Amino acid sequence: MSKEIKIKINGIEYSGETGETILKVARRNSIKIPTLCEHSDLEPKASCRLCLVAIEDRKGLFTSCSTLIEEGMEITTDSEEINRLRKKNLELLFAQHIERCNFCVRELDCEFLKLAKEYEIDIKKYEDRKIGYPKFKFGPSICFDSSKCIDCRNCIEACEKQGVGFLDLESHNSFLEVIPSKNSKRDCVYCGQCAIHCPTGAFMEIDSIAEVETALADKNKYVVFQIAPSIRTTLGEEFGLPYGTDVTGKIFAGLRKIGAKKAFDVSVAADVTTIEEAGELIERLTRKKILPMFTSCCPAWVKYVEFYAPEFIPNLTTVRSPQMILGGLSKTYFAKKDGIDPQKIIVVSIMPCTAKKYEITRPELNIDGLPPIDYVLTTRELARIFKRNKIDLTLLESEKGDTPWDEPTGAGIIYGASGGVTESALRTAIFQLTNGQKLEQVEFKNLRGMKETKEAVIEINNIKIKVAIVNGLGNAKEILKIIKQDPSRYDYIEVMACPGGCIGGGGQPLPTTQEIRELRAQGLYNIDEIKSNRLADESPIIKKIYQEFLTNQEIRHKICHTHYLVKQKENNF
Amino acid sequence: MNNLVIKLKEANLTGRGGAGFPVALKWESVINALGEKKYVICNASEGEPNVFKDGFILENYPEEVINGIALAMETINASEAYLYLNPNYYDRFEENLKKIIKEKSIKLFKKPHYYIAGEETVICNLIEGKKMEPRQRPPFISTVGLFGRPTLMNNVETFYYVSKINKGEYKQTRFYSLNGQVKNPGVYELPENLSISEILKQTDNFPDFEFFVQVGGGAVGEILSSEELDDQAKGAGSITVYEKEKTDFYKIMENWADFFLEGNCDKCTPCREGIYRLKQMVKEKNIDLSEMEPIFENLEKASFCALGRGAAAPFRDLIKKILK
Repeated sequence: MSKEIKIKINGIEYSGETGETILKVARRNSIKIPTLCEHSDLEPKASCRLCLVAIEDRKGLFTSCSTLIEEGMEITTDSEEINRLRKKNLELLFAQHIERCNFCVRELDCEFLKLAKEYEIDIKKYEDRKIGYPKFKFGPSICFDSSKCIDCRNCIEACEKQGVGFLDLESHNSFLEVIPSKNSKRDCVYCGQCAIHCPTGAFMEIDSIAEVETALADKNKYVVFQIAPSIRTTLGEEFGLPYGTDVTGKIFAGLRKIGAKKAFDVSVAADVTTIEEAGELIERLTRKKILPMFTSCCPAWVKYVEFYAPEFIPNLTTVRSPQMILGGLSKTYFAKKDGIDPQKIIVVSIMPCTAKKYEITRPELNIDGLPPIDYVLTTRELARIFKRNKIDLTLLESEKGDTPWDEPTGAGIIYGASGGVTESALRTAIFQLTNGQKLEQVEFKNLRGMKETKEAVIEINNIKIKVAIVNGLGNAKEILKIIKQDPSRYDYIEVMACPGGCIGGGGQPLPTTQEIRELRAQGLYNIDEIKSNRLADESPIIKKIYQEFLTNQEIRHKICHTHYLVKQKENNF
Repeated sequence: MNNLVIKLKEANLTGRGGAGFPVALKWESVINALGEKKYVICNASEGEPNVFKDGFILENYPEEVINGIALAMETINASEAYLYLNPNYYDRFEENLKKIIKEKSIKLFKKPHYYIAGEETVICNLIEGKKMEPRQRPPFISTVGLFGRPTLMNNVETFYYVSKINKGEYKQTRFYSLNGQVKNPGVYELPENLSISEILKQTDNFPDFEFFVQVGGGAVGEILSSEELDDQAKGAGSITVYEKEKTDFYKIMENWADFFLEGNCDKCTPCREGIYRLKQMVKEKNIDLSEMEPIFENLEKASFCALGRGAAAPFRDLIKKILK
């Protein structure tokens, strides 16, 4: 039960509720208290010791991130003593962290460095303790540079929260340090939540910018870019636009400026995924095949199933993720249509995700010996490329995407938010099961939102579809336990490894918090709401591609489906 | 009020783990805490250098200790207790303790070697199978302790005296670990109001050379010159004598720094990085108080737990009082 609590901060009265921390009330009222280890997704660590404040009539100082407000508390957030301690702590934190500022995920917006300037500290007061500390590469996705780590252990908690637990503490020379797990039953699934929760850029994507720049400079290559559904309402943040701003047209314009031959929209292929997946679901339901069916668009989830729960591999839909389908279509249908040698086409996929870098390396996805996608860049990497090329997204005039993959339906766009895949698939399933009647209901608002596990039962022509929607891998782990106990509890389960779905992906701009994820998702739903086509089946592009190219089972299988393999541990150090 | 709690209050028994908190008060707060289930933990982690009296008690008077734990369980109405032993004590006393415990629900738990693993909230985390990190306080373990339940934690010597007090055999004594440059090292049970110099004299350990002492623990203990021995021995009751001329001050400080670095949890910045910087300075024999004092202050005021808060004083005192 929450009740109003009155407190004073720096002499001014504010109100809060039971259970709120001093930091939360201070932030709500725009009172700045410095923090590094605090992240609203995680438990307060109170380890960096920067957010110290004084409380009247109490001995000592208190970390505002972990101290709950009490009636009548009088808090002082700044004093000579507090500033002196914060400075020393900052100096000590910089004394362990090796600065590689010119090549860092935080290079353009680093809170750590900002604090150093604000508190006027000498970041080189002490010799760096972590000189020579190792770099670990997790698959083709994530790099952990342990010499940048300030030991806040947020990554460990984030990884545990994901149900993965690939990061451990190990003792080296009297220091307990973060290291990748040596346990053979633990492996990285590449979701990148470590990077989202690391305050100092010790975890970041393995960068493919140089490779993409080389391809762009190569006259013999034909570089096409394709953008994921979710990045259209997140990239703007990197250029100071409000959370959730739709910058689709500006991204296309920017991509052309850096030399894209074509700028495509992956949401178009999300519409293909929807149709294939709805078809598979109807088939599994009507022919009483293996249920529940799991979505497979999220490569971290797929790796999780293959490694941690291989007994559930038959439950994964065989449909490929939208990026793979679009890459495949570009190197086959598009290449033939436009008379381009598919060998010369380089497909660069802009994704909110670090696991997508892993997905493109799966050999079973190759088509006629070619990988459908050549490089994946995260949202953050694209921002870096734009900035290095002096492209200010905010100043660009919006442009359209390139045909044939330019105009998605609303269904393809909401893929970027948790519940979006299910909502899209349900729109199509209802349309197909009712033999193409106009949908009475397009929006399934009970499937939306940041809630970790959502459930619904949808009845169409006497067929009941029991769905569950999960975001955050740790919650998926729980759902798997439930299914083991009660296999018929659900028919269809959508899993997105990252909190909130792809809008909270491991490759998205920093910071990412729950409030920010909500606004990014809302941005996608706003685009959907004003689309004239909100059903994959109604898309003229989709109708055309099924009439002209995906005409038979064999070609559909080649372009749109895949299979899965039990995985052994891939990251041994 | 419970009979035994009254006796503890009348005896003025204070905790013998180091903090010296009144035992009766602690017991009362657990008795008054709401909870369907409550726990008792006997802390036998005794991890600080130069302190070994709990080991002595476990070796010589294990029955009294177990009796004290059982009395506590009865008094606070706890269904289970843990005897939390450092790895050395666990290996040495496991067999004998189990014989004495018999059917009582007192479980033995082996501590990891880290010093911080003797801190009470860390003990709760470790028994629960969680990370070796201290918890934010409040809540205190008397209300939210092991598995979130009200928990009474006392040290081995405290439980020994609980048993003695219950039998009416308590004579206001405590155990002292004497060591360092002394003729007769060992554990002595002597009146608790004796001054440090009296203790040294009565045990025939008073040095005939220039010396200083560390009292209350071989790392966080207080540094006292030979002129400052009129007080009682505080903390965990150890007295370590150093012969001034033969002592390598830098080495002592480096040993402290190593002990803290090895034994802490590395969670908070002051303790992890501050002590490391102190170590670098003493290793390089670079004793500059203007550089050290900000680190001392940071340890004392900004550390997460008592380990970091107590780590600065011995360095400062040794430099200021003895090294000069």
